[in-house]
Amino acid sequence: MANLKELSKRQEPLTGGHRLCPGCGASIVVRQVLLASKDPVVVVSATGCLEVSTTIFPYAAWKVPFLHNAFENAAATMSGVEAYYQFLKRKGKTSQHINFVAFGGDGGTYDIGLQSLSGAMERGHDFTYVCYNNQAYMNTGIQRSSATPKGANTTTEPAGKVKQGKTMSRKDLTEIMVAHDLPYVAQATVGNWADLTRKAEKAFSIRGPKFMNVLQPCRLGWAYKPEDTAAIGRIAAETCFWPLYEVENGIYKITKPREKKPVAEFLKTQERFRHLFKPGNEKIIEDIQADVDRRWQALLAKEEMTAKAAK
Amino acid sequence: MKQEKPGWKNLPLGDVVQAGTAESFETGDWRSERPTWHPDRCIQCLQCWIYCPDSSIIVKDSKMTGIDYKHCKGCGICAKECPVKPEKAITMGPEGK
Amino acid sequence: MVKVVAKTGNEAMAEAMRQINPDVVAAYPITPATEIVMIFAKYVADGLVDTEFVAVESEHSAMSACVGASAAGGRVMTGTSSQGLVYMYEILPIASSLRLPIVMCDVNRAISGPINIHCDHSDTMAAQDFGWIQMFSENSQEAYDGLIQAIRIAEDPRLRLPTMVTTDGFIISHCMDKIELLDDADVKNFIGAERKAADSLLNLDKPVTIGLIDLQDYYFEHRCQVADAMKNAKQVILEVADEFAKKFGRKYGLIDGYLLDDAEYVVVALGSTCGTAKVVVDEMRAKGVKAGLLKIRVFRPFPAEEIAAALSKAKAVAILDRSDTWSAQGGHVFTEVRSGMFDLKARPKMINYIYGLGGREINLEHLRQVFGDLQNVDKQPLVQYLGVRE
Repeated sequence: MANLKELSKRQEPLTGGHRLCPGCGASIVVRQVLLASKDPVVVVSATGCLEVSTTIFPYAAWKVPFLHNAFENAAATMSGVEAYYQFLKRKGKTSQHINFVAFGGDGGTYDIGLQSLSGAMERGHDFTYVCYNNQAYMNTGIQRSSATPKGANTTTEPAGKVKQGKTMSRKDLTEIMVAHDLPYVAQATVGNWADLTRKAEKAFSIRGPKFMNVLQPCRLGWAYKPEDTAAIGRIAAETCFWPLYEVENGIYKITKPREKKPVAEFLKTQERFRHLFKPGNEKIIEDIQADVDRRWQALLAKEEMTAKAAK
Repeated sequence: MKQEKPGWKNLPLGDVVQAGTAESFETGDWRSERPTWHPDRCIQCLQCWIYCPDSSIIVKDSKMTGIDYKHCKGCGICAKECPVKPEKAITMGPEGK
Repeated sequence: MVKVVAKTGNEAMAEAMRQINPDVVAAYPITPATEIVMIFAKYVADGLVDTEFVAVESEHSAMSACVGASAAGGRVMTGTSSQGLVYMYEILPIASSLRLPIVMCDVNRAISGPINIHCDHSDTMAAQDFGWIQMFSENSQEAYDGLIQAIRIAEDPRLRLPTMVTTDGFIISHCMDKIELLDDADVKNFIGAERKAADSLLNLDKPVTIGLIDLQDYYFEHRCQVADAMKNAKQVILEVADEFAKKFGRKYGLIDGYLLDDAEYVVVALGSTCGTAKVVVDEMRAKGVKAGLLKIRVFRPFPAEEIAAALSKAKAVAILDRSDTWSAQGGHVFTEVRSGMFDLKARPKMINYIYGLGGREINLEHLRQVFGDLQNVDKQPLVQYLGVRE
């Protein structure tokens, strides 16, 4: 795996001068993922914060080839790009290896883009889809998505006098992608650069469809001080709110925290959960903890089970 | 310098630009906090560089050489992630002083 | 050497696609267009084409993949109909705004609801505002010839506009017709071996960003570029048609007249109905009525000047629409033709018939009625629904 000195010698994929918020985690994801490629990359992005802020005409922050089509179709659009590349390769018109990377937020991936993603993955196109998952529609003003965790305050499921934010649990898209039987699926966070770039390197080394779900703290929607982006990502992993793991050809491998911290340690770092700490809402935090524990146990069991099956 | 924006006859066809033109758009004036690099304390671990959301840590030959104030928005992640103790190699202070 | 064969409209379009041999085809099944891509998929399976075929999970993804492949530099085609076309609507104006010369086989079919699988033009007419060139076909031959010409038109550096060539669902798509095929080599020479893209996402030496967000300061300019290309499109379509006529003998215009020069009573129509109308025009002529037909082959860009010139001497004109705008002011073609005629010093009286929705038959008797009405035009309402039970 490439160390930081080696990574720093590679082409910088993104310029400064984009209009993402100060402390945004999305561009951190982009830089760390794309720097992990030793080969040229070609990027497609769904509509969202990342796309809007990095491509305000005539200012493009991408130093690598970049295409934006619409909101829900990054994976389908990439299918076409990759299909033409396969045509060129088959006809002997190129031999240059390219790593194709599609980026989408959780809205464009979990919700409106799920069909497009599922279709592209099933068809086996050779590209890596990276969901920069900030757990709500941040670009349109912090609306809830199916990635929004239980209890979070959003503008379409706000905390009020009788409701305490999102009532439902988040969808587990990583496991949905595992169920597509892909050669590689990974979950990572901002704040663990070595883990994220290693997983991206791994994805790039495998041919076929790859999916990475990267938890991306959002200083606007999660409401915290901009310097805390990476630190909050780390707490998400340490509490197993967002476990770091990968599934290669069906075999699970978890990067376990040294000590599993209570989920409240994660929740208390962000304003979006502040109402949960009011007297009377203890039960919601207990439920969230129970949810995290149950999913964590299930994940550990899958690791054990698939390790046995591999033998 | 204010330049006249091109009309449709002079724009390239089809919503396309050359890569990396945002380099010329300066976001440095967004800053309310300003990072200061202290080379004497710097251990060249490049943590600041890998976590900068604005590609504003200048690295040459794998060495941190300074901060791109034209683009740095002053988020403070570089200072927060700097592992140097007891005094960090990047510190934040108010802008404009 | 001329090869005459019997083919349905779908078979004719699939055959044209085989000869065009596009780099990428992305498509999804929908009646009555499914057959085109089924036949083409077999060509792929048998190695008769070099195409990378992407069997997507929806029409939305079909058009999205076409945009991706075309932005990457490829010669790209798809085919669809009705709900499938409607499902693509979101991406159609993106394709034209990005100036991607995607070519589509579009089989005209009613849009839901109620769900209906038969011919009318409501799917294609509702797509008139997305910056696509739209060509209608009277029969399989026109669909075949039109599709081959569409590659040249779409890829012309003056245009770079996506283009759809339509047939009428079942009436053309599934009816066997005699057509003359071109040699594979002639098609290849006519369209050129490969597309020459101005920008390509896969050009690593000159990386570009495609599909940026425009704010108030650039969106208007980019849309104006599409408007300008549409203005140029008439000329390009005619140039391509002329070259096609010189090489292969079949001549096409933006509009085509049938006994139109001295006609007093004219029917304006698109697609397969023109064949039926010609029969009735002949009948009328035999009776001494100066009847004529104006067929609109190219609907986008709209040949308003050509139509106005062709209709300037008519006494009364019936415009036939196989779709409704639901404006309570008539159909799509009527609105456009009437507007195009406005500046004439002396205008013929114009009336509108909305007909054939959901595959409702239009037969000789209907057209006899229309020509009868035209001879008594002052007593006719502005808009009539033809062939519907009241």
